[in-house]
Amino acid sequence: MDFISKNLPYLLAGISVGGQYALIAIGYTMVYGILRLINFAHGDIFMVAALVTVYATTTLPLYVSIPLTLVVTVILGLAVERVAYKPLRSAPRMSVMISAIGVSYLLQNLALYVTGGLAQTYPAIPFISDTIQIGSATTKMVTIVTPILTIVLVFALMQLINHTKIGMGMRAAANDFETSRLMGIKVDNVISMTFLIGSFLAAVGSVLYFTNYASVVPTSGAMPGLKAFVAAVFGGIGSIPGAVIGAFIIGICENIIKGLGWTTFSDAFTFALLIVILIVKPTGLFGEGATDKV
Amino acid sequence: MKRRNVIICALLYLAAILAIIVLEKFLPPTHIALAVLKKGCIYSLVAVSMNLLNGFTGLFSLGQAGFMLIGAYTYAVLTIPVAERDSVYMYFDGGIIQFSVPVFVGLLAAGLLAALLAWLIGLPVLRLKSDYLAIATLGFAEIIRAFFQWDELGVITNGSNMLRKYPTFTTTLFPFLVCSACIAVIVLLIHSSYGRAFRAIRDDEIAAEAMGINLAKHKRLSFCISSFFAGVGGGLLAMYQTSIQAMTFKSAMTYEILLIVVIGGLGSVTGSCIASFLFIASSEWWLRFLDTEMTIGNFKVPLLRAGFRKVVFSVIIMVIVLFARKGIMGDHEFSIDGICSFFKNLGKKKEVKS
Repeated sequence: MDFISKNLPYLLAGISVGGQYALIAIGYTMVYGILRLINFAHGDIFMVAALVTVYATTTLPLYVSIPLTLVVTVILGLAVERVAYKPLRSAPRMSVMISAIGVSYLLQNLALYVTGGLAQTYPAIPFISDTIQIGSATTKMVTIVTPILTIVLVFALMQLINHTKIGMGMRAAANDFETSRLMGIKVDNVISMTFLIGSFLAAVGSVLYFTNYASVVPTSGAMPGLKAFVAAVFGGIGSIPGAVIGAFIIGICENIIKGLGWTTFSDAFTFALLIVILIVKPTGLFGEGATDKV
Repeated sequence: MKRRNVIICALLYLAAILAIIVLEKFLPPTHIALAVLKKGCIYSLVAVSMNLLNGFTGLFSLGQAGFMLIGAYTYAVLTIPVAERDSVYMYFDGGIIQFSVPVFVGLLAAGLLAALLAWLIGLPVLRLKSDYLAIATLGFAEIIRAFFQWDELGVITNGSNMLRKYPTFTTTLFPFLVCSACIAVIVLLIHSSYGRAFRAIRDDEIAAEAMGINLAKHKRLSFCISSFFAGVGGGLLAMYQTSIQAMTFKSAMTYEILLIVVIGGLGSVTGSCIASFLFIASSEWWLRFLDTEMTIGNFKVPLLRAGFRKVVFSVIIMVIVLFARKGIMGDHEFSIDGICSFFKNLGKKKEVKS
């Protein structure tokens, strides 16, 4: 009991961070499922979403600026896909990955230019920034909101994928890109839809994530982005429930490690986990096994 | 190589050394051109070592910053003079290493330690393929960084504090000579039977294996050699910067080097060198005017302020990545024969036209 009450704050923080990672990880896992591309720019799109909120709230009321953030992020995600990934569709996979790294570099430098290199203070959003008391721990409302919202959104997404026409297209494209094109699925639309959903969830994630962190800097998207990617690999890349469970596990482990006083290694732990999972079970927890044929 | 070409190459090399000596004589020592030359040499070495792995062996690794970090720290830790150790390791009672080694021994140790660690990391990681290998090596680079910032190891690494007061270089000739020697070794390796095996693995792993190439051995060899030179490059970078901190060796550094390799052309040593100098010169020097506000007559040019240079620069990089996917050199080398035949062909085309 003593152990729990001592570690409760870390556990709560872990669940909350895990939910935020989950929202980012879905974007990675869906894009990888269809295009076999690690979208290195996804973490930076997440950061741009936070910056848009910062700038929008300085002039607009909150109920306008948050929807505006969602819209701008979605447009950015679609634009990145159109400009940087679509021309390279027939190119080797490594070229697309290099292009993604280039986009990440561009977005970070653009953010550096716009912010002038100063850390931007993230606005306090009413309700989810309120502090509450759970057991022995004092925390923000966002800690409770995040897991609930994550589960609701994931549930909605699963419905979309399993029960709509565009969802069927996504499953088909993830299964076999060329054949689904032959079957009359407009693969380009499906890919755009994937990026739309990924960016939307990243924007929601950014609102929740940065409520816990006071400020936004151009590089603040890189680490959560990489960790969300690790979560996606851990859960089995291409699988949405896998990504969500992986993200929660990583979020909780990371915060417990912080609680034990090993803060320096909280990032390293995530990558150690990645390497272990890649060696022991490369397809992740829920991934489908694919065999390389000669 | 033909005898004539060897002589021309040697002459060009001597001319480059002479040019550096002349530049150092006439330019003030703080001039930006000299800084660009120094950093360009070091980045050439690191980019060529990454190209050996990514371009010649086809192993897509993103761990370069981690190996550079090991090199930089090994060099700095081993060469800080004993008398200065108390002030550098002020939070750790002077550290536990109470000796210092000469510069060249330090650089060699930097490379060897990086290679040793690459060997260890390679045992599990080199079994992975393409993007999984990339993300695993990126992960290892982050783990290495965390270890070097760990307070418990502070008696050796100074924790998250700066390392400084180790010997540095003042002349541009030093990095030029060291880097060109290292690059020459890499070029010799690429032209040896090992290099041919590397390229065979890149082009088709299964065919290479069928021809009797030991995949695991050659991949490990390429990984270790690449890391060795990345470590030496890291040591030189430490000398250039005069103080180092583990924080600066982030994955962004690997991305920069990867972009240099791609701009130069995957699989071209000369391409990597040219791209390094272009990259460093334009990011530190030629585009600098974009960072200062400018008025032409009464017209104030919009957008120009601090940071705009980097935006323009990354747009240029994106254009190259998207529209000139092969980079400057493709997988060809810059050679004297190449230039000769280029001009001959130019002449022929004109004749056809007339």
